[in-house]
Amino acid sequence: MNFLSDPVTFIGNWLTGLVAGLGMPKETAAAWVTGVAVGILPLLAMLWVLVLIWYERKVIGRLQDRPGPNRVGPFGLIQPVADMLKIFIKEHILPTGVDRLPYNLAPILAVGGVLGMWVVVPFSATVHGVDINVGALYIIAVGAIGTLGIIFAGYSSNNKYALLAAFRVVAQLISYEIPMVLALLVPVLLARSMGMNSIVQAQPVWFIVVAPLAALLFFISSIAEVGRSPFDLAEAESEIVAGFNTEYSGLKFGMFYVGEFLHAFTNSLIFTALFLGGWQGPGAEQFPILGFIYFFLKTVVVHFLGIAIRGSMPRFRIDQVMQLNWKLFTPIALAAFSVAAVVEKLAAGLGDAMRIGIHVLVNLVILVIAVLIGSRVFKARGVRLDALAERNRAAVKFAMEKSHDS
Amino acid sequence: MTISWLYIGIFLIVSLGLPAVAIILAGILAPKKPSPEKSIIYECGVETHGDTWVQFKAQYYLIGLVFLIFDIETVFLYPWAVAFDRLGLFAVLEGLLFIGILAGGLIYAWKKGAFEWA
Repeated sequence: MNFLSDPVTFIGNWLTGLVAGLGMPKETAAAWVTGVAVGILPLLAMLWVLVLIWYERKVIGRLQDRPGPNRVGPFGLIQPVADMLKIFIKEHILPTGVDRLPYNLAPILAVGGVLGMWVVVPFSATVHGVDINVGALYIIAVGAIGTLGIIFAGYSSNNKYALLAAFRVVAQLISYEIPMVLALLVPVLLARSMGMNSIVQAQPVWFIVVAPLAALLFFISSIAEVGRSPFDLAEAESEIVAGFNTEYSGLKFGMFYVGEFLHAFTNSLIFTALFLGGWQGPGAEQFPILGFIYFFLKTVVVHFLGIAIRGSMPRFRIDQVMQLNWKLFTPIALAAFSVAAVVEKLAAGLGDAMRIGIHVLVNLVILVIAVLIGSRVFKARGVRLDALAERNRAAVKFAMEKSHDS
Repeated sequence: MTISWLYIGIFLIVSLGLPAVAIILAGILAPKKPSPEKSIIYECGVETHGDTWVQFKAQYYLIGLVFLIFDIETVFLYPWAVAFDRLGLFAVLEGLLFIGILAGGLIYAWKKGAFEWA
């Protein structure tokens, strides 16, 4: 094994040889090295958050026509480090009347639940934390722990606004789990496996081509799961102060921040693995480091898309969020999955190109039907919005005429 | 196979332990000057009125119930999707029937007004 083509495995083998040289059986040594590597991965992910925070602030800044962080270090690169040091030495204020155990547990769960997802992500052909055969289910299960943390935070804070945020979280985050889980079923069905690495290996043709609808639903739902704009109802600062983290201070507050940024990136990782072929690309099998690079580049593109949406969309109202989910996304997800199953069964005998063509066609048909029905379902609201816009225009006209008079 | 679950256990312990250790460290490093005024809950900046655990919309409860049903039932579909190649046409139809029942539940909840936010 060459160092340049696969550094992680090379270092792993080298370390295993080193430990085995101390007089340990080869298998035990390999298990120890893997165990330590698995322990180091969350640490790297935590450090990676520093880069993510800088990157996101810079991109959001550019989107909003301002420079973003640019004072501390070249291009403001040291800014997150300075922020981290600052928040590290801030006092932890424990407000009166909080429910101590959930209050203190919440920030830990918010980060730990997100970090836990990293273990099944296949980074390259040879490097993947653990390739269990229920990877997709594991991601859903562990991803829900972060939600639990936010609910804990809101409920234990002894703050009405935080409590309201917790309710919104219950309603929004758990609702969007339904289309997410259903959309995740489609790649599982196409790959006939729940293991993340097998799902990646089953994508000579990316699943975003075969199942564009499921990919779209998964993408939007994962934004809603992170709770970022336009789904940032849990921390709507114009409505409920700062939402679920109002009563937190110091690093406990910082952990929610870390959890959110890491969650956004983790979801991009998972989206890439599920729909964009993960580490697949020319030469990725022979030179695993290339797979790592492909995986990273695809993830950055998905992540950037998420940030761009965050920087440009206004916030939904809670009723809009719920209706969008239950009246549009869930039926589409159900339809997309069942139709994918039917096509897989009926077109099993046909060639691959034919099968994929049918999949794409069927997806398009569902999309058209969904748009037609959806526009009728949401029409009542559209009329009201039109009336509102009319009234606004009238008010503006009135004000302008008045200012002319004076 | 068992050893990979051990690794996952290690990973989960580390990933929960990292933020915990960081918070404890910060707690040691940070200044501690509590005062009665400081530890009053902030809420929205003005003095708090009444009890925190207020009555809330029953809608949240309904949504929670519908979620529970859907989430549990969709998890049943995962093994079905994995074993898809080994399934006969009958089993596939059964799975579709299951999805149909799910959709029926959705329509029922919809018609009952569980998703109306009024």
